[in-house]
Amino acid sequence: MGTDVLVVGGGPAGMAAALSAAQSGAGSVLIVERNERLGGILNQCIHNGFGLTLFGKELTGPEYAGRYADQIGQAEIPCLFNTTVVSMTGNKEVLIRNTDGERQIEAGAVILATGCRERPRGAISIPGSRPAGVYSAGTVQKLINCCGYMPGKRAVILGSGDIGLIMARRLTLEGAHVEAVCEIMPYSSGLKRNIVQCLEDYDIPLYLSHTVTRIFGRERVEGVEISGVDEHLAPVEGTQRFIECDTLLLSVGLIPENELAGYAGIVMDAKTGGPLVNDRLETSVPGIFACGNSLHVHDLADFASLEAVEAGKNAAAYVKAGGEACQEFECRAGNGIGSVVPQRMSAKALAEGATAYIRVGRPFENASIVIKRGDRVIRTVRSPRLTPGEMVKTVVRDSGDGDLTFEVDSHD
Amino acid sequence: MANYDVVVIGAGVVGSLTALELSKHNVSVCLVDRFPEPGCGTSKANSAIVHAGYDADPGTAKAALNVRGCGMMEALCGELDVPYLRTGSMVLAFSEEEARKIQALLERGRQNGVKGLEIIGRERVLELEPQVNPEVFAALYAPDAGIVCPYELTVAAAESALDNGVEARFDFPVERLERENGMFRVISKSGEIRAAFVINCAGVYSDLFCGEPSFRIQPRKGEYLILDRKYDGLVHHVLFRTPTKLGKGILAAPTVHGNLLLGPTSEPIEDREDTDTTAKGLGLIRESSKYMLPGLDLRGVITSFAGLRATPSTGDFLIGWSSGQEGLLNAAGIESPGLTSAPAIALKLVELLGERLPLQKKAHFHGRQKVLRMAELSLEEKNKVIRENPAYGRVVCRCECVSEGEIVDAIRRNAGARTVDGVKRRVRAGMGRCQGSFCMPGVLELLSRELGVSQTELTKSGGLSRMLTGTLKGEE
Repeated sequence: MGTDVLVVGGGPAGMAAALSAAQSGAGSVLIVERNERLGGILNQCIHNGFGLTLFGKELTGPEYAGRYADQIGQAEIPCLFNTTVVSMTGNKEVLIRNTDGERQIEAGAVILATGCRERPRGAISIPGSRPAGVYSAGTVQKLINCCGYMPGKRAVILGSGDIGLIMARRLTLEGAHVEAVCEIMPYSSGLKRNIVQCLEDYDIPLYLSHTVTRIFGRERVEGVEISGVDEHLAPVEGTQRFIECDTLLLSVGLIPENELAGYAGIVMDAKTGGPLVNDRLETSVPGIFACGNSLHVHDLADFASLEAVEAGKNAAAYVKAGGEACQEFECRAGNGIGSVVPQRMSAKALAEGATAYIRVGRPFENASIVIKRGDRVIRTVRSPRLTPGEMVKTVVRDSGDGDLTFEVDSHD
Repeated sequence: MANYDVVVIGAGVVGSLTALELSKHNVSVCLVDRFPEPGCGTSKANSAIVHAGYDADPGTAKAALNVRGCGMMEALCGELDVPYLRTGSMVLAFSEEEARKIQALLERGRQNGVKGLEIIGRERVLELEPQVNPEVFAALYAPDAGIVCPYELTVAAAESALDNGVEARFDFPVERLERENGMFRVISKSGEIRAAFVINCAGVYSDLFCGEPSFRIQPRKGEYLILDRKYDGLVHHVLFRTPTKLGKGILAAPTVHGNLLLGPTSEPIEDREDTDTTAKGLGLIRESSKYMLPGLDLRGVITSFAGLRATPSTGDFLIGWSSGQEGLLNAAGIESPGLTSAPAIALKLVELLGERLPLQKKAHFHGRQKVLRMAELSLEEKNKVIRENPAYGRVVCRCECVSEGEIVDAIRRNAGARTVDGVKRRVRAGMGRCQGSFCMPGVLELLSRELGVSQTELTKSGGLSRMLTGTLKGEE
């Protein structure tokens, strides 16, 4: 079995990539999706706030997914549902499994749109007991919004990322009491609008520079100990406080899902957790592209879809014309920068104008992102407020020579 | 009231293997445990190592049973269809003094009858284990050491015992034993059963039933870290530090599933339910592991846990007929190398029981029915099983690639999974890098369907560990 373009994942990135590839004349396009319908995590995001950029309208997650799913249906792009990609080689041989069996699909190009997963408790090693009631925020979102179950009655949330904030409101609306949201950093990594609409509107306290230092309860969570942290994020002795609760929600970071990239021998970026890509969003393996949260964690679904449109176009071009060898320059994350995607840009793309997605490493007020080649500044993006939670998208256009360095020029 | 020839208290690795050994004979046996499933105490939270046998002092029960158990393990795991790997082990010496100590260990090992022991030099160590700190002096190499999956072994033994006629009472915490008309009353808050003989395999509680007033358990807690499977191949052998007075120290070992295990700490505790991890303990493991393996990236930690060792006041296993209680056979104080010794302990217990209860081998004993593991099948075999049962084509746990069919099997088999953790330990759904974030709702659905109970009644690990507090409509 074969296809010109195989899209792994039918979420906001995968759907947009598949549509774009088909519209760009890729030939046959196939979406492989492990759930029973298109949409991915959007289906459990029943809050609104999706689609403002792309559709000029506030949609819920399922509505946003529905708009894309309709277009996929109209374009007659085939989808394999309840199907898991088990492995993939660098030759773009993709092994899939579903109730019809396990079989290999040979693809002309592959677009990885596998999304991300939540960092689990173990990854941050919270000491204490290991009772029921410690869940990832996204798991609780699924339990409540898709399965119809309440995971607890009194919750503490660790991490003020967007999912944590959204779930604070969701639990409250369903009758649970959210005692506190703790954030180890001195700032929230969530969107400002979510802090206002999900915490402040419901009088839920947000403790910045605080973390959970112990979990209590042998069978079910009975409470947590929270502590203030110093500038090195280490708990400060004497600041411990016990909060009674039956549930601890963790929203402590998202990690791009890239097991398939690993099987195919794709070179990864330790900063983003996703593959290293060029301006065509092509990984180190020619013909395998990456987009959406599996490439780097986005703040908005709209941006994941927009990025995926590019991946779709480029995958179509790849199957039509084959890869093109072109001189590439490195995009380096310098002072104050958390990550830059793509990590490489071709001379041709830079001459035409290439899009860069930038995340800063910490918050800045009245600062600029400066892009340089050597000592020569080729672009400056000024902003009154830069936070790691919000991604900066900018177009870089330059016909010069040399690698690019991205830096924050802070005026404070 | 149910009457048995023998009641085995504790479905840990020792109790379950003892029940299995008894099931080969014409006796009626009941295996009881306080948890809803076998292997929920010490047997689920330990170093998972098959020790070669140079640690214990010559002449002790520990020394003899360790060496004998180590020799039995590979064949036993094969019969029970559970993973086993003969990895070999190294005790690393990082100073002249430690080098002298491993020389003493070598001699002790030889006295204990351990085969193949040798001291290897720095270069050989680094050739075999390039990640080890190059400051290493030498190592004691033991080719016969290995690794197992202690909970899969325990579950398989209990299941096979039940397949061969042993009965089981789970959620049956034994409160006391009473002797009445030459029989035992085995009394629990959830009921009472009778038996002519009782075998005490009660782990950290084994001193409470042993009938030896001077014998005490002083539990010691061990904390561990588990790293992602992407570290598979980073270390090849079980790597120990040179032991000190405090114990064998913090080791690094591959697991049979390709993770890396770091630990344990060793802390005496009073509370026999205290399996909490601590910031201090986890910090100690990180520090010690970074010394042993300087290049180790600890960002790959996916979980941490702690287990208790049933450390006996006598320093040795207590195995044999109780001096204070007639008809009671003890396997108490089974701390490390208890897992390795377990197959030998089971044989020893049955041999001792045979002195007082005539044991006749059954004509028919059924080996364990093979476990269907999709990951072990060829493409043709996979397609065949999916054709016969499409549930094997539905992947529920993405990280460990576990299918609905495999989870359902784990629930339906004898001594099957009743809890979310039970499913995790049998088939690894939820054991991977997302730690069940994605598959937990699916596992709840399957447990609910197969057990015929509502999802709100399901627990993580029995007792009051309910996963959900109600439905959105407010029902409990």
